[in-house]
Amino acid sequence: MSIELYITQQLINAISLGSLYALVAIGLSMIFGILRMANFAHGDMMMVGAFATLVLQWAGCNFGWAVVGGIAVGALAGVLVERVAYRPVRGAPEVTMLLTSFAVTYILENLGILIFTSSPRNFPLPDWLNSAFQLFDGQITFTQINILTVVLTTVALAALGWFVTRTDVGLGMRAAAEDMPAAHLVGLDVNRLIVVAFAIASGFAGLAGILWAAQSGVVDPRMGFTPLLKAFVGAIIGGFGSIPGALIGGYLLGALEVSIVAFLPSQVSPYRDAIVFALLIAFLLFRPNGLMKRTQEVKL
Amino acid sequence: MATLELAHDGPSVPAREGATRALLEVSDLHVNYGTVAAVRGVSLSVAAGEVVALLGANGAGKSTMLRTISGLIRPRSGSIMLDGKAIHRLPPVKIVGLGVAHCPEGRRLFGSLTVAENLRLGSAARVDRTGLAEERERIYTTFPILRERMTQPAGTLSGGEQQMLALGRALMAKPRVLLLDEPSLGLAPLLVKQIFRTLAEFKAAGVTMLVVEQNINLALDLADRAYVLRTGEVSLAGPAADLKTDYEKVAAAYLGVRP
Repeated sequence: MSIELYITQQLINAISLGSLYALVAIGLSMIFGILRMANFAHGDMMMVGAFATLVLQWAGCNFGWAVVGGIAVGALAGVLVERVAYRPVRGAPEVTMLLTSFAVTYILENLGILIFTSSPRNFPLPDWLNSAFQLFDGQITFTQINILTVVLTTVALAALGWFVTRTDVGLGMRAAAEDMPAAHLVGLDVNRLIVVAFAIASGFAGLAGILWAAQSGVVDPRMGFTPLLKAFVGAIIGGFGSIPGALIGGYLLGALEVSIVAFLPSQVSPYRDAIVFALLIAFLLFRPNGLMKRTQEVKL
Repeated sequence: MATLELAHDGPSVPAREGATRALLEVSDLHVNYGTVAAVRGVSLSVAAGEVVALLGANGAGKSTMLRTISGLIRPRSGSIMLDGKAIHRLPPVKIVGLGVAHCPEGRRLFGSLTVAENLRLGSAARVDRTGLAEERERIYTTFPILRERMTQPAGTLSGGEQQMLALGRALMAKPRVLLLDEPSLGLAPLLVKQIFRTLAEFKAAGVTMLVVEQNINLALDLADRAYVLRTGEVSLAGPAADLKTDYEKVAAAYLGVRP
């Protein structure tokens, strides 16, 4: 097997995994940017989106509409959580908001266990998604799910890019993330901006959850936990609060994880997560603002 | 710098004389930060077309007054009326929508957004969306440098340019009252002069302003009337021309010694 083809294969894997981290990390960063809150319940929107897609398929929806419905339910769940749990404690000390998000996580995960039990469930895929392409006599394989992941992530990111640079609400979100009191003074409707941020972030997490379930073949109520932690690392590498930073951080993390497994001796592979979190500690120690974020100087 | 023309809805009301009701009327306002009283029973009024200066030492409560009028802080008691309508229980977005624009201390631009995007957000709360393009055009004509730097992030502008953009952003709200907090802060003397020349043009065009300013002479030159605050209370008030001639009285009002 040629080394070029091997690297290409790993690149496909890295993009596929990185897309999921990026989708989750962007949502985390958006919410942190605007509320200064680390939303630990964000990973559970993956679970909500994936289960909603599963239920819609059970109900007889075709896969495409089930995905759309799953994203919508994820977005709605995020908006609901903001309204019911986070808005009443907005402006409270950061610890209060952090603990509230832990509480939401426990409630959502246990609700999931109550309804669907804690055992993983099979995530059915239509036949057209179950095939794989093989190139160069099987030296490069990519599944339809890889392609679906890349296509949907690209569409979602392009739409987000358009939204935050071209629309009043998108610009307002960036403005509020940068300077909340000034956003109030300019007359931005901050409540509405926060609702929109939660809808987009949670919709993205829902999509990531669906793709995660499609890649692994199963859904379970705690599926959001590990990807959430990874997305935190990705968001911090990129600069917490920065959307492009979260995008880059997510893909870097995907590439790093795949590289550890692909290029280091197999004895190292089990330590993949440990290496990732060591990287997190290194970033927090030496570059807490991440790769993208610079502190802004005051001009006189 | 080109002259400024501002569109106005009604006939522009000349200063003070003949104004039956103040456009902005603050009555017996009390504001606390926690248990500390920052503003203690301040009453002031600004008539349509009038420029009023709010003077006083650091910590006298000037910025607190402006922030309370804008709805960033809730008063403990007292009232704030805009054209006869109580606004002191409204959220900032509604207050800006009713026509109170605030150009804050330290400018507070959105540094990663471009000059054009900052101006665009200035009109976010505006209910009447007509004439936005003309408004923007007027601002670019007043501050040609902003047109040149339209696509640049606001954070890359010089201090003077940032102050111009902050003024422009506030004007995009088509304000009935413009609140200015320390427009000269941290600017080189030449730029301060330029900014105040522009403010004088605003005044000539009929813009109603309430200005907080450390530079007493500049503020009194611009304003029709002035209030001096000391430890949260009005210690002196009167026509700017009178205060200007009685410098000792102003100094006494600042420091709290009886002349």
